[in-house]
Amino acid sequence: MSTKKLMLYFPKSETEKPIVYHLVKDYNLVINIFRAKVTPEEYGYLVLDVTGADEDIRRGMEFVKTLNVQVDESHKGVRWDEQICTGCGNCIVHCPTQALHIPDRTTMKVVFDSDLCVECLSCISNCPYGACSSIF
Amino acid sequence: MKSETTKTYEQINAKIEAGKAVVLTADEIIDYVERKGPEAAAAEVDVVTTATFGPMCSSGCFLNFGHSTPKMRISEAWLDDVPAYAGIAAVDVYLGATQLRQGDPANLYYPGEFRYGGAHVIEKLVAGERVQLFGLSYGTDEYPRREIRTWLTINELNQAIMVNPRNCYQNYNVAINCSERPIYTYLGLLKPNMQNLTYCSAGQLSPLLNDPLYQTIGVGTKVWLAGAQGHVYAEGTQHCPTCERGANDVPSEGAGTLALTGNMKRMNAKFVRGVSLTGYGVSLALGVGIPIPILSPEILKRTTVRDEDIQAQVIDYACDYPQKTGKVICSVSYAELKKGEVQIRGKTVPSGSMSSYSRALEIAHLLKDEIKRGDFLLSKPLQPLPRQQGMGGLKIVDQNNREVR
Repeated sequence: MSTKKLMLYFPKSETEKPIVYHLVKDYNLVINIFRAKVTPEEYGYLVLDVTGADEDIRRGMEFVKTLNVQVDESHKGVRWDEQICTGCGNCIVHCPTQALHIPDRTTMKVVFDSDLCVECLSCISNCPYGACSSIF
Repeated sequence: MKSETTKTYEQINAKIEAGKAVVLTADEIIDYVERKGPEAAAAEVDVVTTATFGPMCSSGCFLNFGHSTPKMRISEAWLDDVPAYAGIAAVDVYLGATQLRQGDPANLYYPGEFRYGGAHVIEKLVAGERVQLFGLSYGTDEYPRREIRTWLTINELNQAIMVNPRNCYQNYNVAINCSERPIYTYLGLLKPNMQNLTYCSAGQLSPLLNDPLYQTIGVGTKVWLAGAQGHVYAEGTQHCPTCERGANDVPSEGAGTLALTGNMKRMNAKFVRGVSLTGYGVSLALGVGIPIPILSPEILKRTTVRDEDIQAQVIDYACDYPQKTGKVICSVSYAELKKGEVQIRGKTVPSGSMSSYSRALEIAHLLKDEIKRGDFLLSKPLQPLPRQQGMGGLKIVDQNNREVR
């Protein structure tokens, strides 16, 4: 069993199928949706955790791709730009999962671990410099 | 402790020019003095570099555009739609950091986003980007043009001089929210019922905490201002040295401030950053480094101050700060604040910072390298900063000078 954080990108007109239903029923996957934007007539995004046997996850993603949905394992819906971040640390107390954290309290550098991010978006309104942003 | 002078500014500058100065940052000096002892370290070390990086609202710049053909007085000016003060000579303006863009809804749709203001224009200028100038005038015989719209970069300006009336607060309040609703402040979002707090100081690295009685930092002191060599031109506004201080003379309140100036054309945009604070407004985050000449063992000892020896007052920004009650919840040290959790009234409260210690550390090292290379000489103050001085409030009176409540 493993858990993968994925971002699905739906091009126009591919949003009618009950994808999550099929992933649960046909591929035995446990789905935890962090954030979704799925509207008819428009592109859509779905950021989720899938938990299951590695083979089931692989087959599930193959199925998703047959619906012309793109699967992005490396990029997530929330981006943190290290060049814009000044390392003040104002975001840290607003991040509920410690995705944004300070590993070394002598240098006080801020680090972002996107695998821990649940896309609550509180960093976006709390960053004074706009270092955090959402792609949708 | 002996307080006799062991070195002079001239001797230190001679060593810097010869590339032989011994320079340490304010965090490195702590262990160094512990190892070597204060007397030996004072003889060896020439300069300790201090630094800070954080929002400093009382910042801005004078700009001179040069004259168009035909000439124009420019009596009203906007840069990227942000109003600049033009009530000075022709084609000079002062652009303030906190000025909002024309038409910004501010807190009309609370909490406002405050995406763009004077500070962001200043950041763009320093980064070499183009900004739009729009100007109006009433027209005079010698300045007939009445309207102008053009685009320019900092390179086309005759002067771009940063002039900041209040920077480098010696220490600062720790903000907390004791009420039952979230509040939006210049120290960020404060969640209800003391669920978080915010501090804003570089602590043991911060300039005026390493020279608590202003023995070396004064009017005329050369400073590293966002990469340019600037200087202290006056005491900062609200400079208030008479306040609560610890046994080490380090204040636990705001205390001293500095008025700084420097040539914006020589600045590095990494250290001049526009700040948007939800529900509060716009500010400018600035990087400042100040070298402290080690003239005596006493001055050296002051620079060895540690985070655990610096206290800051925790204040309720929902009630006591806006209502000016003077009430302080408690004092905490920067060692506690930097750990990320503080005990307040028996409750564990997560602590966040508005000041970047990591960037301050970077500045302390940049300044150290500049001094070691012989590129940054120290200057003796022309005049000390006041060491005894309070701060008044603003009375509201009617036209007969009777107080109004």
